Amino acid sequence: MSRDTARGWGFVAPALLWTLAFFVVPFVVMGAMSLATLERREVVWGLSLANYAELAEKAYLWRAVLVSLEITLTVTVVSVVLAYPLAWIIAFRVPKRWQRLALLLAILPFWTSYVVRSYAWLLVLAREGVVNQTLMNIGLIAEPITLANTRFATITGFVHFFVMLLTLTIYANLVQLSPNYRRAAMDLGANAFQTFRHVILPLTLPGIVTGAFLTFVLCIGDYVTPQILGGNTELTVPQVIMVQLGRRADFPLAAALAIVLMGIVTMAYLACARWLRLDRI
Amino acid sequence: MRALPWAYLIAAFVFIYLPVGALVLFSFQAGGLPVPPFEGPSLRWYAEITGDRDLMEALGNSLLVALGSSFVAVVLGFLAAYGLARHVLPGSALIRGLLIAPLTVSYLIVGLGLLIVLTRTGVGLSLVTAGIGHVVINLPLAFAIIYASMGAQQQNAERAARDLGAGEAQVIWLVTVPMLAPAIAAAFFLSVTLSWDEFIIAFLLTRFDVTLPVEIWSLLRSGLSPRLNAIGSLVFLVSVTVVLILEILIFRRKS
Repeated sequence: MSRDTARGWGFVAPALLWTLAFFVVPFVVMGAMSLATLERREVVWGLSLANYAELAEKAYLWRAVLVSLEITLTVTVVSVVLAYPLAWIIAFRVPKRWQRLALLLAILPFWTSYVVRSYAWLLVLAREGVVNQTLMNIGLIAEPITLANTRFATITGFVHFFVMLLTLTIYANLVQLSPNYRRAAMDLGANAFQTFRHVILPLTLPGIVTGAFLTFVLCIGDYVTPQILGGNTELTVPQVIMVQLGRRADFPLAAALAIVLMGIVTMAYLACARWLRLDRI
Repeated sequence: MRALPWAYLIAAFVFIYLPVGALVLFSFQAGGLPVPPFEGPSLRWYAEITGDRDLMEALGNSLLVALGSSFVAVVLGFLAAYGLARHVLPGSALIRGLLIAPLTVSYLIVGLGLLIVLTRTGVGLSLVTAGIGHVVINLPLAFAIIYASMGAQQQNAERAARDLGAGEAQVIWLVTVPMLAPAIAAAFFLSVTLSWDEFIIAFLLTRFDVTLPVEIWSLLRSGLSPRLNAIGSLVFLVSVTVVLILEILIFRRKS
């Protein structure tokens, strides 16, 4: 080993050892834990697939996977559909000199602590909250409607967060496009919709898919938003994991659920890998 | 039709600011419930939370964990970036991949893995273990930000310094670090905001001394209260301040 290489290792070693000790090792141990079993509250190491079998058998477990998938897919689609026009307007309608400010304002609440952000939605959606009071004042409804502690509330909380994230990524994509593409399409007789459908949309697709993938990953792994806003009528996978940790200290089952969660994310990655530009985030 | 984009823009901003607006407005509520009608403004709840010892202790803990873990993450990230950018290492793509890997895994899973190892080895949970977890999630970002800004420009200055007789430590401390100061500061402040807000890892890896998000979580159980609004508004204010510092540091430099 040359002296240069040896010195190089010296610089890289602390970060590498930290990642190995506190990320790779715990990850491997978690994988091993998912193959262990719980007997009389003690973890028995082994190579058992019992936890995964339990997942297929017990309704509250596989239903959590379905609930997580339904919520996450809904959130991803709704967020993209809402964020795209917003990014478009900021990129092409707002005058150049105000764009940075408009974008900064559009994503400022992104930086609220995420526990606080979910609580803030609870304020808005509560029985006596802002939405119900406003709707009753203008006479649209006579009685307060139940908004908080529902799947609707969970999805609203998520969409709020991801619209901001996606507006940022889609905006970055739109302003990178040369205006010549739009001009060329218009010159060739395309109307605004045709230009969008056949020129802009395909060009921004990698950015959209990257943002959507990020949304999917962050959304499916989140515990806080469904726990605060969703009530306990239906549980997502992260909520079920936390239940295992708390009540029964069933680490093996929690680990297996975590592995399943990672499996879902890996599948999502493979599904959109050909459009993903993760190096460009 | 002309007005449609502007109507959409306004509607989007209402949606985006609705929760934050309600949060901040009702933190000044004089009454006991943070819902309409608004009575006030009153600073009653701010006075109450600043007098709350548990809460102020959690706030101090949060700052400590955020600053400490960000410092470690930035130092480790900088050294690794320097080593990879300036020395020839076999398998450097693999090393980069490994250092970035924690970014692709959700915080819950990072926390769960650490929790399993810590409880198995009998290491007690404390602010230090939460800090270790925060370094794991912030190290990839710090490394990526600093590595991306290491260019040929600094390399030439480093060579010149070496030709003039500086040792490697002197080169790093007197040339590389000052030239990379904006990237290092950006990495540090980003780490601070992420750690300051982080909930799930701190929740899993602390026990008696907790950070602010964990303390807020336990207060949530008692339902809606203007106290929570006041705390939330304060936390938001801190985050926004750090973000604005970041904005000025990074984007003023670029433009």
